[in-house]
Amino acid sequence: MHPAFSVIFLTTLIGVGQGLFLALFSSQAYSVVDVLPAQSGGFYALGGLIALIFLIGGLIASFFHLGHPERAWRAAAKWRTSWLSREVIALPLVMGSISLYALVNWLGLEADIYGLGKTGQVALSIGALGVVATIALFVCTAMIYAAIKFLQEWASPLTVVNYFLLGTASGFGFATAYAAVAAPALTPFYGGWAITLTVAGLFTRIASLLRNARIKQISSVQTAIGVRHNKVRQGAMGMMGGSYNTREYFHGRTALFLKSVKWIFLVLTFPVPVLLLWAGLAQNSAGLLMLAVGVQYVGLLFERWFFFAQANHPQNLYYQVVG
Amino acid sequence: MTQLALVIDLNVCVGCHACVTSCKQWNTSGEAGPLFDDNPYGKDPTGTFFNRVQTYEVGTFPNTETLHFPKSCLHCEDPPCVPVCPTGASYKRKEDGIVLVDYDKCIGCKYCSWACPYGARELDEKQQVMKKCTLCVDRIYDETIPEDRRKPACVISCPTSARLFGDVHDPESDVSLAIRESGGYQLMPEWGTKPANHYLPRRKTKLRIHADELVRADNPLGKEDIRHETSKESSLDDWLM
Repeated sequence: MHPAFSVIFLTTLIGVGQGLFLALFSSQAYSVVDVLPAQSGGFYALGGLIALIFLIGGLIASFFHLGHPERAWRAAAKWRTSWLSREVIALPLVMGSISLYALVNWLGLEADIYGLGKTGQVALSIGALGVVATIALFVCTAMIYAAIKFLQEWASPLTVVNYFLLGTASGFGFATAYAAVAAPALTPFYGGWAITLTVAGLFTRIASLLRNARIKQISSVQTAIGVRHNKVRQGAMGMMGGSYNTREYFHGRTALFLKSVKWIFLVLTFPVPVLLLWAGLAQNSAGLLMLAVGVQYVGLLFERWFFFAQANHPQNLYYQVVG
Repeated sequence: MTQLALVIDLNVCVGCHACVTSCKQWNTSGEAGPLFDDNPYGKDPTGTFFNRVQTYEVGTFPNTETLHFPKSCLHCEDPPCVPVCPTGASYKRKEDGIVLVDYDKCIGCKYCSWACPYGARELDEKQQVMKKCTLCVDRIYDETIPEDRRKPACVISCPTSARLFGDVHDPESDVSLAIRESGGYQLMPEWGTKPANHYLPRRKTKLRIHADELVRADNPLGKEDIRHETSKESSLDDWLM
């Protein structure tokens, strides 16, 4: 497939936003049971606002993918059958619940709903809905790709696992850098999870790379045109100057380029951020932690580009030779 | 339930592209507005088409065969492009099984084109909506057109009648008969899309004549076969005369 930068930015930016929100929520929830020190409402509110900005950034990027962005509201209609439609519903739900979560924390609205005598019960109740919506959004985003069964590189549960792990890893990474500036007591918690999730993501991403390297394509030129002969060669695709079919489904790069992108993302997304996180945690350096976040985000852009470019659409069987 | 479809006879198609040009002409002139064309008379012309004719070579020289292969939307009975559409712009008509795009609802997200294994959908780069073969839905029901011409433009224009049009759910229709009797098949059956359009394979028509059919073994006049010397033996005529 031809990687579209709108979708690359959409999926990576909302991944960071979702992960950051999960990080904030989990640390606040832990503080209720006294595992982590509670922070001021302002810390969670500002973090929620930053997560919201990431999600809005992704939303803006997504509009560049549409031919008619002014009709985007229609996309909520077919949620019964379309994962894209479900994503269109889940994204504003996530944004809405994170906004409320941030607002409640900012205003310091408190009520002893569960009779625990702890602070943050209102914010966490709203946040719990946000967590459900956030996880649903991860699933919807990934299922858009995993649900197309003939795009065999995508049609795997690993796609969902990778979107979740890479999104949460980058979000926890960002939370680590944020905490290093605003709440140093939480840095080891966020940093530890950022490293854990990144390492887990490395394993599952390598698993999907291995799977994709061994894929046997089900369709062939024989099934495409229905001729049972071992030697079938295209002589002409029916046009000379290209068409949507030759532009949308081919990445147009060499195999070497593809391979180099793979190694770039494998290095930038996983080992380098883990080392930087570890060094940043060891030296208590916010600069190193921010660098880790930046490097991992760039790595994720390469990762997403590769994810799209690697998918082999069966329609390409019809467009092998110009003429 | 009616399922309109095309049946394309690859044994007859000569690859003249008349269906491509007539399709473009009809569908660029309709109510939905022109089909996009960029640089049509210059270098690298490109544009939106509903139908293409491709050419394949089957076999190894000298035992090769040229196959001309027209490809358009197959109007699948289980179209993967329809459920993925987030707006419902992409839909399959209940009454005749035609898969259509509502250009006023399409947001141009291209997801349906990703979900079509055949590459039958093309985004109109000018109107920024997804376009595809409509089976000339604005023609086949038009009562101002003489009844025998209420067929898709490609079917009418085909000089060799390689394209048949009809209801593949009616077992007695011409298209069903052709599928049944001439080995009609579907493209990429492995994805379970159940395309309504079918293709008829290339086939060789050969008359097998055995030697004993040229010379009737029981021919009473056999001994007078002019390709052989006249027998000296007495023939049936000798007996009778």
